Amino acid sequence: MQNILTQQYDIIVVGAGHAGCEAAAAAANMGSKVLLVTMNMQTIAQMSCNPAMGGIAKGQIVREIDALGGYSGIVSDVSAIQFRMLNRSKGPAMWSPRSQNDRMLFAAKWREMLEQTPNVDFWQDMVRSLIISKDGKRVEGVITGLGIEFKAKAVVLTNGTFLNGVIHIGEKQLGGGRTGESASHGITEQLVKLGFESGRMKTGTPPRIDGRSLDYSKMEVQDGDDCNYKFSFSDATQPLKKQVPCHITYTNEKVHEILRTGFEKSPMFQGRIQGLGPRYCPSIEDKITRFSERERHQLFVEPEGWNTVEIYVNGFSTSLPEDVQYQALRLIPGFENAKMFRPGYAIEYDYFPPTQLGLTLETQLIENLYLAGQINGTTGYEEAACQGLIAGMNAHLKINEKNPFVLNRYDAYIGVLIDDLVTKGTEEPYRMFTSRAEYRLLLRQDNADVRLTPLSHQLGLASQERFEKVEQKIKDYEKVIDYFKNTSANPDEINPYLSSVNSAEVNQKMRYYNILSRPDVSIKGIAGSCKDVDGLCEYLSEETIEQAEILMKYEGYLQREQENAEKLKRLEDLKINPNFNYDTIVSLGTEAKEKLKKFKPASIGQASRISGINPADISVLLVHMGR
Amino acid sequence: MIEEILNQMKIILNDTITALATPHGSGAIAVIRLSGKKSFEIIDKVFFDKEFKSKKIAEQKGYTIHFGIIAESDIVIDEVLVSVFRNPHSYSGEDSVEISCHGSVYIQQQILQLLLKHGARMANPGEFTLRAFLNGKFDLSQAEAVADLIASNSGLSHQVAMQQMRGGFSNKIKILRDHLVNFASLVELELDFSEEDVEFADRTDLKKLVHSIIGIIEKLVMSFEVGNVIKNGIPVAIVGKPNAGKSTLLNVLLEDDRAIVSDIPGTTRDTIEDEMIIDGVLFRFIDTAGIRTTTDVIEQIGVNKAFDAIKKSAIVIYLFDAHEISSGDLKLEIDLIKEHIGNSQLVIVANKIDVENLEDLKKEFASYDVIYISAKEHKNINELKQKLVGLFDARTVNTTETIVTNARHVDSLKRANEALKKAIAGLDSGIAGDLLAVEIRYALDELGSITGEVTNEDLLDSIFTRFCIGK
Repeated sequence: MQNILTQQYDIIVVGAGHAGCEAAAAAANMGSKVLLVTMNMQTIAQMSCNPAMGGIAKGQIVREIDALGGYSGIVSDVSAIQFRMLNRSKGPAMWSPRSQNDRMLFAAKWREMLEQTPNVDFWQDMVRSLIISKDGKRVEGVITGLGIEFKAKAVVLTNGTFLNGVIHIGEKQLGGGRTGESASHGITEQLVKLGFESGRMKTGTPPRIDGRSLDYSKMEVQDGDDCNYKFSFSDATQPLKKQVPCHITYTNEKVHEILRTGFEKSPMFQGRIQGLGPRYCPSIEDKITRFSERERHQLFVEPEGWNTVEIYVNGFSTSLPEDVQYQALRLIPGFENAKMFRPGYAIEYDYFPPTQLGLTLETQLIENLYLAGQINGTTGYEEAACQGLIAGMNAHLKINEKNPFVLNRYDAYIGVLIDDLVTKGTEEPYRMFTSRAEYRLLLRQDNADVRLTPLSHQLGLASQERFEKVEQKIKDYEKVIDYFKNTSANPDEINPYLSSVNSAEVNQKMRYYNILSRPDVSIKGIAGSCKDVDGLCEYLSEETIEQAEILMKYEGYLQREQENAEKLKRLEDLKINPNFNYDTIVSLGTEAKEKLKKFKPASIGQASRISGINPADISVLLVHMGR
Repeated sequence: MIEEILNQMKIILNDTITALATPHGSGAIAVIRLSGKKSFEIIDKVFFDKEFKSKKIAEQKGYTIHFGIIAESDIVIDEVLVSVFRNPHSYSGEDSVEISCHGSVYIQQQILQLLLKHGARMANPGEFTLRAFLNGKFDLSQAEAVADLIASNSGLSHQVAMQQMRGGFSNKIKILRDHLVNFASLVELELDFSEEDVEFADRTDLKKLVHSIIGIIEKLVMSFEVGNVIKNGIPVAIVGKPNAGKSTLLNVLLEDDRAIVSDIPGTTRDTIEDEMIIDGVLFRFIDTAGIRTTTDVIEQIGVNKAFDAIKKSAIVIYLFDAHEISSGDLKLEIDLIKEHIGNSQLVIVANKIDVENLEDLKKEFASYDVIYISAKEHKNINELKQKLVGLFDARTVNTTETIVTNARHVDSLKRANEALKKAIAGLDSGIAGDLLAVEIRYALDELGSITGEVTNEDLLDSIFTRFCIGK
């Protein structure tokens, strides 16, 4: 026993949620010896909230994680019970994959994959504190609730909602990090003592219902898409064949009336909850208060898996007393006889304002200490997972004295997310939206592999197999584009197709590229009429053809976005020495100086995004750096 | 904008600059400005009390004035007043002093040479303002307004520049920006929250909104033309046969205002005859001296350099010798001028009247709106001036309205407008929302380059306050 426990690890990951699992997997796959410490090995990769992955902007993140060699995409594919490509009617930048998942299968698959990852050890225990070096500058390990000391070169904290978590249901308050699981104490207090700033955030979850008690005939059916999409770029998974539907129903005035009777016991309205909740994921009581003019609110009735009757009522997040929840639920169409498995609740937890981190997610105060996930003030599995991945990768790179891995805003949604967190901080739980990305057209789900796999492969994470697949994809779609730009369609061949999609027929030979630029014209459609294009595409994957089509149809837009991204890149490339002494610049305003000292921006580009830093400050910096 | 700043990086903030702050030439007094870290050190080397003892400006408080002498090794150059400004409470935001000396060019030059000798450098044009900007004293649009203010040489131009300094223009742009954020958030709502149970904006409503935004932008862009005129002067071309008395008229007009006529050295001298201010409005007379009259004046204009002058003018004065022309000829010539005049205003002036024949002339040209003058005898010159000022007012210049006077701003506005027009075209052809959003973002970025960035958070805020989002 003693020998195992005194083993020196490279990296210890505290917490086995979406962030912790990705961190452990990434660091281990890059070659670090990793210990994953979790309070409960039965709840590894638990979906604490709704049983779904992806969605608008989040789906793009899952694709990015997968392209980098993370596990979330594969796990989501394997455990999916429904798959949809949202926003198909919009441009390709908006296409967003989303899966409905089997909660238990999801967790089981994650655990299986971690267990099969060499270099990952597990320990079930609660981490009570960190071991800090004598000079107080570096983390050297953790001490658990059992009093065991584990030593490591780096520590990744992914504590989620567990740090001093308090669950609220009506007037009841329970200490806990998730329903039925205890909270974690000690880490916040220690970090604050070390000089960290901490805050409180709040989030909530809806009640779970017995599906056998619902009348689905009174609800709208929402089926999965009939499509061949999936999350992972790898061949390890297959698109879903059989799917389970979700259902949609609505609240009504009567439901709202009942809910209002519980307001005097509401922990939110009575001020017992101090933490700030997300505006885009409000509780039902919040919705009927802030938008009182609305007569109804939409609810999604989501199954929790293939073989369970448990139902998740998406849109009915609440912390009202359980009897009020129950009475109100029963007034919803289809829920007249609903049986509740457990009530919804709100949870308050500690987070550390992420402006205390660098772009690698390492803390500025304590070297080799990384924070990822909800502890940084984010919300969502996808947001957590990608931070875990980046923290795990960077922890490994750091202890091996390699260059950090930082994705820029024009590289990936992950880059946007981390830059936003670190540079601007967040007042409410941070969720990704596509509108947060300036270069949205470049950050598409379809090209995540082209954008990211080569970068990750170079660092030793994304496999050679993935890398070769991307290289082949690029070669193939370039061949298609080249052909389309240099070959003309024969009017006799192409015209029947053009008229079938209500596009004007051509009188003379016309480049395929120009024909493709028309709305409603597709490569597949052309291939159906023109033998040469059919031959060209015969052995190419659908993904490759789709990629070629997007790159040609939107070429003008993409080029313009690329040029704008280049402009930003020039500013990102102007690095600021981390030890730069801002006090020496007399002409900088006091506010600007304080902000710059606090945020320690890595580049002029990052500095320009700090709130309170104005263009004049940037020009002063440029002038001083120019010398 | 940061691109521009990158280009300015070569300017070094470390040294101390000096320049004459009052116009070149002799006057009653002149002010020499010295700005930079070594301002006090340098002034202390050349500024003394009457006993040649140091006044130790370095130890004086800001906003104080000191009397003394500027001297170089026992030779007194001038008695001066030195005003002390301590960083950041100076125009440039740096330590600086202003030396009020006597106005002779010789004294000015001597003092400047002395300052240079002791370590100052001659300031580049606009460098004091640039430093003020770099030191955060102004936002960019204010800094540009200051530059305009300095260059302003008429009452109206001063008023516009002052208004911009007080933020009038920024406010207008802010309103515009709010409209655009509103539009952008409606489009983003459809993209990021398409799965939500919210009503999406009707395309026709969206189009109305964009049209109204375009309307505001176009008004601002148009105001630039007016603003430009205010700043640079209203271009006036005097055309007519040489014997019509053109140069006499010009001289008469200018003579009256000789004291306040100013030259813009070295810039557009080749095309500018001269400038004058009437009732606070700056007029700029364009040279048409190249006209030769062999047979037909108007035909000659068409092939002449003067033809360009007409095109560049806001006002064309057609001057004729009332004794040399009949009303029939006049009609022919006016018709021909009108073909070339475009949107400019035409003023018909009959010259060389005398009291005896005035009534006859008026009868002869009764069907035309003619101003009758005698340039030689200074008759009715005032009437002509009032006509010029009146024509300018007719262009609906109202100084309470926002006027764009800066070329960079107007370029940004034009680009924003272009993007919005593409957005309208996109709305018409039904392009995807994310592509529509690209155009809106460009428009927002362009406006942002004038007053400050529009962040993604601004859009999300706008969405969350107006729509019930979230499952």
